[in-house]
Amino acid sequence: MISFILARLFRALVVLFLTVTFVFIVLRMSGDPAEQMLGDLASPEALEAFRSNWGLNRSIPEQFFIYVTNALRGDFGVSSADGRQVFAVIAERVPKTLLVTVSAFVLIMLFGIPAGILAAVRRESPADKAVMAGAVIGYSVPNFLLGVALIFVFAVWLRVLPSSGSSTGQHAILPTVTFAMAGAAAISRFTRSTMIDVLGQPYIVAARADGVPEWEVILRHALPNAAIPMVTMLGFSAGGLLGGAVLVETVFAWPGLGSGFVRAVNTGDLNVVQAMIITFTTFMVTINLTVDILYAVLNPKIRLQNNDAS
Amino acid sequence: MTQARTLPRWQFWTSASRLPASIWLCTIWVAVVVVVGATAQWISPYDYLQQAPLSASLPGALPGHLLGTDYLGRDLLSNILVATQTSLMIALAGSAICALIGTSLGFLAAHFGGWIDNLIMGFADAMASVPFIIFALGVLAFFGSSPLLFVFLVGVASRERYARLTRGLVLSANQDGYAEAARIVGVPSLRIYLRHILPNIAGPLIVQLTVNFPEIILLESGLSFLGSGIQPPTTSLGLMVADGRNYVAIARWLTALPGLIIVLTTLAISLLGDYLRDRFDARLR
Repeated sequence: MISFILARLFRALVVLFLTVTFVFIVLRMSGDPAEQMLGDLASPEALEAFRSNWGLNRSIPEQFFIYVTNALRGDFGVSSADGRQVFAVIAERVPKTLLVTVSAFVLIMLFGIPAGILAAVRRESPADKAVMAGAVIGYSVPNFLLGVALIFVFAVWLRVLPSSGSSTGQHAILPTVTFAMAGAAAISRFTRSTMIDVLGQPYIVAARADGVPEWEVILRHALPNAAIPMVTMLGFSAGGLLGGAVLVETVFAWPGLGSGFVRAVNTGDLNVVQAMIITFTTFMVTINLTVDILYAVLNPKIRLQNNDAS
Repeated sequence: MTQARTLPRWQFWTSASRLPASIWLCTIWVAVVVVVGATAQWISPYDYLQQAPLSASLPGALPGHLLGTDYLGRDLLSNILVATQTSLMIALAGSAICALIGTSLGFLAAHFGGWIDNLIMGFADAMASVPFIIFALGVLAFFGSSPLLFVFLVGVASRERYARLTRGLVLSANQDGYAEAARIVGVPSLRIYLRHILPNIAGPLIVQLTVNFPEIILLESGLSFLGSGIQPPTTSLGLMVADGRNYVAIARWLTALPGLIIVLTTLAISLLGDYLRDRFDARLR
């Protein structure tokens, strides 16, 4: 199991390194940073001073080395929008994004998984059909549209919740629900199909024939076996939340990473854009690594593997 | 398979009438969208850009404007028709690029194996580990938004899934008798792949296309919604939702109608895709 986790850890680091490299290459390909920062009217001396200040007059490998060491220290330069440290800009947005995405993730698990189990156990019942219909519709409605619809219903029509901003806890409700609805749809659908698969296995038939009560069959025998593919799916779902943050946070003017990223993209604040891409990738890589480790812990085939076997 | 090809006409209709009603509805909706996509510039009653700022009106309130006009007095129906066309064209071009690149990569990986296989699949894994919309926004930020780059970006979105699928299918097809036989009589590899294997694995690839298509529509509308996709004066469904969102309190249909078209189209295509996948699975069993 250790070797499996180490291999995954190595791969995560490779992905992260590739992303940093990619961002560096794209940044250098997109033009001379000195001219971009100082504008057309800058004197040659000013450009030269800027270049030597930021190490841009050195060779590309040297620049890359400087870039990576700075990135490791969390130094991504300053935002061209307000001159603040990029690290500070990102650091104040991360908790906002985590607040809504993590609470949405909890909601997804609380509602999506039981709904999927219910649909699988009561197959072809009205409950099953309702869950499946909800899942298909949830998949087809883009989250930004769902956000606008929720704003219309709860902020414009019923006037019970604020539509945008983040000054009180109430402001977090609509973004969280928007995130959760799409995610819960996907998870319930997947849980259903996984549970149906598992419930058809011989050991379930054997347990039932043995007179094990139905709830125990589901909770003790079926669910642990369905958990392995579901962990993978929950990982996808967490990744989807990060990607969705870009849209959902913009709809609700929620000052997190996603809306910050969109603003940086639209204003051409490249230092912030590149640092945020690296931040998003770090989150994604951490999620994927967590999934792999959980997978190894849950799956006896990997857990009980000899370290020299792979 | 051969039976299906030689089906007499009456048998075709009896098997068609056995399709569930929902599948019929989906097919009809997709057909309507395709017709609109092909003919929008001729069937729209007005030039979609023609403005009349003083006559912003409710649906049905202004004679000649069936769905009313938007905040600039542009005919909403014409706008929706043209926007549907743009979104559909981008999704089609994107899907085609996606299928082409992904399938080619899959063939390459399966043919060469070894480090080329590892490189292609490793790259696909790395790509899949970053949410694509973030990657796309980043690239658009660095290089500026141009329609060509945008279509290309939408196109590369999920090619790694094609690559993976094609690779698996080609590897197993290579073991099949017909590929073996063609190789023994000396048919060149490229010809075996294009003439013999590709037609045989086309089914699952087409199903993958129907699964991808809605995702590409959603990606396009999402990016356009954020202002990084289609740029005005060109219009698309995502852009219309973004525009109308500012008026949701007084004119919700400006958002609701283009939104509804996005939802119905993705819903119809994914239901059709699910249905097709079930049918193909049943055949394979």
